[in-house]
Amino acid sequence: MEKGFSNDPILAVFIYETEQNIEQLEKAIFTLEDEGISNQEIINEIFRIMHTIKGSSAMMLFDNIALLAHHTEDLFYYIRDEGPKDIDCSYLSDLVLEAGDFVKVELEKIKNEKKPDGNALNLIEKIENFLESIKNGDIKREKSRDFETYTEKEDVCYIGNLQNLEAFNNTSRLDTFEVIIFFEEGCEMENIRAFSIVHNLKDISENYCYYPSDIIENNESARVIREKGFKVILKTLRGEKEIYDLLLNTAFIKDFEISLVKEEQAESEKETPTEIPQDEVKDGVKHQLNEVLAENRNTHKSIISVDVEKLDRLMDLMGEMVIAEAMVTQNPDLGEINELENFQKAARQLRKITDEMQDMVMSIRMVPLSASFHKMQRLVRDTSRKLGKKVELRIVGEETEVDKNIIEHISDPLMHLVRNAVDHGIEAIEKRIDAGKKETGTIVLEAKNAGSDVVIMVKDDGGGIDKEKIFKKAYDLGLINKKRDEITDKEIYNLILLPGFSTNDEVTEYSGRGVGMDVVVRNLEAIGGSVYIDSKEGEGTVTTLKIPLTLAIIDGMNIRVGESIYTLPTISIKETFRPLEGQVFEDPDHNEMIMVRGECYSLLRLKEVFEIEEGEEDLEKGIVLMLEQDDSYFCLFADELLGQHQVVVKSLPLYMVNIKKVEGLAGCTLLGDGSISLILNIGGLMNMS
Amino acid sequence: MTQRDFIDSIKIEEEDTLKGKYLIFNLGKELYGMEIRYITEIIGIQPITQVPEMPNYVKGVTNLRGKIIPVMDARLRFKKEEREHDGRTCIIVIDTNDLAIGLIADSVAEVLTLEDEDIAPPPEINKTGNRYIKGIGKNDDKVILLLDCQLLLSEDDLEQIKSAE
Repeated sequence: MEKGFSNDPILAVFIYETEQNIEQLEKAIFTLEDEGISNQEIINEIFRIMHTIKGSSAMMLFDNIALLAHHTEDLFYYIRDEGPKDIDCSYLSDLVLEAGDFVKVELEKIKNEKKPDGNALNLIEKIENFLESIKNGDIKREKSRDFETYTEKEDVCYIGNLQNLEAFNNTSRLDTFEVIIFFEEGCEMENIRAFSIVHNLKDISENYCYYPSDIIENNESARVIREKGFKVILKTLRGEKEIYDLLLNTAFIKDFEISLVKEEQAESEKETPTEIPQDEVKDGVKHQLNEVLAENRNTHKSIISVDVEKLDRLMDLMGEMVIAEAMVTQNPDLGEINELENFQKAARQLRKITDEMQDMVMSIRMVPLSASFHKMQRLVRDTSRKLGKKVELRIVGEETEVDKNIIEHISDPLMHLVRNAVDHGIEAIEKRIDAGKKETGTIVLEAKNAGSDVVIMVKDDGGGIDKEKIFKKAYDLGLINKKRDEITDKEIYNLILLPGFSTNDEVTEYSGRGVGMDVVVRNLEAIGGSVYIDSKEGEGTVTTLKIPLTLAIIDGMNIRVGESIYTLPTISIKETFRPLEGQVFEDPDHNEMIMVRGECYSLLRLKEVFEIEEGEEDLEKGIVLMLEQDDSYFCLFADELLGQHQVVVKSLPLYMVNIKKVEGLAGCTLLGDGSISLILNIGGLMNMS
Repeated sequence: MTQRDFIDSIKIEEEDTLKGKYLIFNLGKELYGMEIRYITEIIGIQPITQVPEMPNYVKGVTNLRGKIIPVMDARLRFKKEEREHDGRTCIIVIDTNDLAIGLIADSVAEVLTLEDEDIAPPPEINKTGNRYIKGIGKNDDKVILLLDCQLLLSEDDLEQIKSAE
C-alpha cells in the first residue's frame, strides 16, 4: 500500500470509494452505449455516482474534482428529468469517460501526495455546451408532461404497500409507526433525500414500506413529496425516540410527524383466517420488499473492507501454523512409539482443522476477475475507435476467483493481450468483409478453473498469425537456426513470446515495439504461470494464460541430495523409479539421457546443477523423478525421497534476489524441524536440461 | 511524572544511548566496528542452508525464528581466508532498510562509545577494499575499522560485484 495516504484513514476511504465509483461509472457507460439513453436506471446510476463523487470530493476540499462532477451531474440531472430523446449517445459517453479519467488522474496525484491541481475547465465547457445543445433541441417538448396520470398511480402503489404492511403485521409483534416527513422548500431532489432516509431507517426497522414507493425510478415523486410529504410506515423494536433522533440528524428536513399505528388494526388483520403458512407469507413479503429495494440489493450483502496488509499477515500466520502443526505431529520425540492411538486421532483432527482454516484464509484473499476484465472493455473501445475497427468484447467467467496478488500481476499482461488482439488480431473492416466475416470482430475474454490452475483465454476471430512471416523474421534475426520443416507450429507461435520480437512492420501507438509479449511472459513467470499461443490462419488466435490458483501453500515432495533438502511441487511429479544399469547413456556433449519404456528423456543430476559437494554418484543407489511442466518431461536424479508435506512457499530473501535470480529455485520453505528447504522451479530446471 | 512521561523519557534516553555506540567484533587480527542501531541481535552459529549460484561469501539462508534471512561470511566478504567455526563464532543480525542479513564474525568483543573526535576518516587511496569503511576509530591503543552497514548491503555495491565478475 502506498504509505502516503494510508496515514489518513478518511483520505484512504475517499480514494477507495472514488475509485470504486469510477469503476462503476465506466461499467454504467458501457451499458448506456449499448442500450441507449432510454435506460432510466443507468442514467440514474450515473447521476448518483457523480453526485457521490461531487459530495465526497467537496468534503475533502478537492474543488476541481467537485466542480467537474457537479457539471456532469447537472447534465445527467437534465437528461434524467427531461428525458430528451435525440442525444448523441457516443459523444455523451466520451464526455463522461473523459470526466472519469480526469478524476482518476487527480486520484493518482493524491495518492502520491501531490496536490490535485488538474484543470478541468475545458472539459466542463464541453459538458456545458453539450447540455446547452440538448436543451435547445429539446425545447419544444418541455413542459408537456402529464402530471395527472402520476397521481393515479401513486394511490395504487400506496394500497399495494399497505397490503404488504398487513402481511407483515402477521409476522411479528413489533410497534408500527407512521412517519410523515416534509423537506425544506427548495432543497431539491426530495426523492433522493427520501431514499437516503429510507436507507437510514432500514437499519433500525424490522420491516418497512414507504410512499411514494417509486422514489428512485420516478422523478416526479419529488414533486409529490414536496406537496404531500414523504410517508414511511415501519415496524421496529426500537421506540419512537430513536426514529425521532435519527430524523433530527438528517439534513434538510423541515418537519416530520411520528405516530403509532393502532394496534387493533393489526390485531384484526391477524384474525383474518388465512390458509397460507406463515413462512410463505414472510417469504412473499420479503420478496416484494426485495423488489422495492432492487436498486439497492447489491449492498445488501454485508461486506467489510480490510487492509490487505492484515490479510497478508493472516496468511503468514496461517503458514506458520501449518509448519507448527508439522512440528508437533512429526516431532522426532515421538520416535518409534507406535501405540499413540489417541495422539494420532487428535493429530488427524488438528490437521483437518488446519486444512479447513487454510482454505478459508485463502478464500478470503480470493477476488473475482470481473474488475480486471471490465477494465478491458474500456481498452477495447478506445483502441478500436482509434484504429477504425469495430470490435466487440465478450466476457465469459468473470466470476472466477484468483488470489489478490495474482490479480495485480495479470492486469498488465491482460492489457497487452487484449490490445494485441485488437491491433494485430482483428482485421480492418474492409478486409473482414472481403474475407466474408462479420464487420464487427469479436474478442472473447474467458476465465475458468482447471484443476489447481486458473486458465484465462483471450480469443479473437481475426486473421490469425502468419506462421511463415514469423519464421522468416525469426530466421533473419538469428533467433532460430533450424529449417522450416524441422520446427512445429507450436514452436513458431512461441517465438512471438521472445523479447524484442514483433512482426508488425510499423510501430503504432498501441503495439509493435515488440515489448508486449515479453512483459506478458515475465509477469506470468513471476507468479509461476505460463503462456501459450495457438492460431489458425484466417480464423483467429487464442492466447492462453495458465496461472496457479494460489501461490502460498503447495503440496510438496521433499527430496534429499547430500545433506541438503529440496522441495518440489508434488503435482509436477509423474513418477519415480530406481534406474537400471544400461538405461542411461550420454550424448557426445556429455548430456545424460534416460530411456523409459522406449521414450528418451534428458536426465539432470541435481547435484551437478547446484554444484552440491556431497551426494550420490551411483545412479543405482539414488532415485529418478520424472517431472512434467507444460506437457514436456524431463528426469531429475536425487539421492532419496523423504516424503510429502504441505509447505508454505516463502520467497528467498530480497538480498539474494538482488544479487542473482536463481533460475532453478522458486523460493524456500521451513520444514517441520525448523530447517530450511529450497523449493525447485521445475520450469527453470527444464530450461537448464 | 506520569507513567507515560516516564516511558517517553526512557525512549529518548534509548535513542541517545544508541548514538555513537559501536559493536566491536574480531575478524582475524583486525577489529571491526558497526553502529549498534543497525544490529538487532547476535546469535550463535546455527545450521545454514546453502543456496546455489550465490557468490562464495553468501553462505546461504538460516531460520531466525520463522524468518528466513541470508547469511554472509564477513571473512570471505573482505577477502580473508575462511576458517572453521568454533564456539566463539557468531552471527550478527543486521537490519537496514528492511533488509535483514546475518554476518558471520569470528567473535564479538565489546560495545564501545566513540566520540566524533575519536574517529578519523579512511585513507584517501580508494581501493575497492575499503569502500565500506567509513572511518577509523581509535580507542586506547586499538584501531577499529568502522563499517558502513548500508553500503555493505546496498544494491549499487552489488552492481559492482556483478561487473567485477
